[in-house]
Amino acid sequence: MSQILSVQHLLGIKDLTKEDIELIFNTADNFKDVINRPIKKVPSLRDITVANIFFENSTRTRLSFELAEKRLSADVVNFSASGSSVSKGETLIDTVNNILAMKVDMVVMRHPKPGAAVFLSKHIQANVVNAGDGTHEHPTQALLDAFSIREKLGTVEGKKVVIVGDILHSRVALSNIFCLKKLGAEVMVCGPATLIPRYIGELGVKVEHNLLKALEWCDVANMLRIQLERQDIKYFPSLREYSMMYGLNKEILDNLPKEIVVMHPGPINRGVEITSDVADSKQSIILDQVENGVAVRMAVLYLLAQTR
Amino acid sequence: MSAALTKRIFDKELLSITIDRLCYQLIENHDNFHDAVIVGLQPRGVYLSRRIYQRIKEINPNAELKHGELDISFFRDDFRRREMIVPSSTNMEFIVEDKNVILVDDVLFTGRTIRAGMDALMAFGRPKKVELLVLINRKFSRQLPIAPDYTGQSIDTVTSEKVKVQLQSTDGDDGVWIISSDSKL
Repeated sequence: MSQILSVQHLLGIKDLTKEDIELIFNTADNFKDVINRPIKKVPSLRDITVANIFFENSTRTRLSFELAEKRLSADVVNFSASGSSVSKGETLIDTVNNILAMKVDMVVMRHPKPGAAVFLSKHIQANVVNAGDGTHEHPTQALLDAFSIREKLGTVEGKKVVIVGDILHSRVALSNIFCLKKLGAEVMVCGPATLIPRYIGELGVKVEHNLLKALEWCDVANMLRIQLERQDIKYFPSLREYSMMYGLNKEILDNLPKEIVVMHPGPINRGVEITSDVADSKQSIILDQVENGVAVRMAVLYLLAQTR
Repeated sequence: MSAALTKRIFDKELLSITIDRLCYQLIENHDNFHDAVIVGLQPRGVYLSRRIYQRIKEINPNAELKHGELDISFFRDDFRRREMIVPSSTNMEFIVEDKNVILVDDVLFTGRTIRAGMDALMAFGRPKKVELLVLINRKFSRQLPIAPDYTGQSIDTVTSEKVKVQLQSTDGDDGVWIISSDSKL
């Protein structure tokens, strides 16, 4: 097995090899063990400073990265666009270069524009981790999703995963498709025709517009949030109608021929894409995903630090 | 393995005599092992610790000794200063708090692994006492103030030489070899 990542930055799953993903998972196994000890901290990155730069709102990802960094003993600086000089007209590179001038080794960035992380990685020396760039990719989310499937079902290879919801605006969906395909899973996307990109089939995924059929086919259902903040026009008549057509409730879940695993990348809109009783059911691994997020992000930061 | 450049310092028989002696020394000091745990350091120390654990259980089936395996990768002080460190598994199914811990490794060289091992151990609680058992103690090469409590044998080597320990559980033929730097392992 390869022992070092083939990339210096984590910009998207598209750039990773299957070996990279497996290396991250095997390392994350060790870190999952570490974060369940009485003392959850290891000194590996004590000489590394990480800047978390968030140009877009986030709770889970930001907390998860910060915890991962702190549990690796890195020094952490946080930056969010609101209340910063960005509102005074500073460019992305200027902002980041100023932060790097304070001797920062790694940058974790979330940005509303697709490609922002790639752009940044070409202009600065530090390792860049993409924590979501617009509607493009969200690699660590895909890694933790696949890691959680592997943990729950033993392997990802050969499993059938359906991604339900707003595929058009979802960076989680795109990263998940790349990641699951690389690991040998079968992937289907499901949602209203207006929220499914026309040529998504080119990525080697199935397309289904009927939720029940999709759920009968799959082993795992990843229910995405409807991203109203990215929808500039109306893609469906009402949230109520969406919820009736594509919402997962306990009745549907209980009437399926087999038990499926339910995932959600958060934040949940309870009662829209998923009802409360499903989110809190024993088939749901939503909170495992959150726990695994810290371990997977520790693995990513640890492995990237070694490429410096 | 090139014969001209390697020297066998332990054969199978001597190795099992030495391991027996180490076991009896542990029994002498720890009575029934009521509060004792034996912890092998990954990757090579665990084969020795498993062997010692089994032997003590054979000698005294009532020994209350517990066995653990500890990975120290994340506690090393040479992270990013040498080639990749591949983490191994950690298996500590007990609480270390207030226990007498016997750390086990095959070769004591610079002492840095043991330093990392002690740090890694403290993540599981505050032990009452930590002792160190090594099969081979390489003298004159220590970079930290660390000394073993139980030693299989102390040997004189130069830094460029390597010491290879083979134990039945992994490699088939038991023994310890000193290998000069220009020979391939």
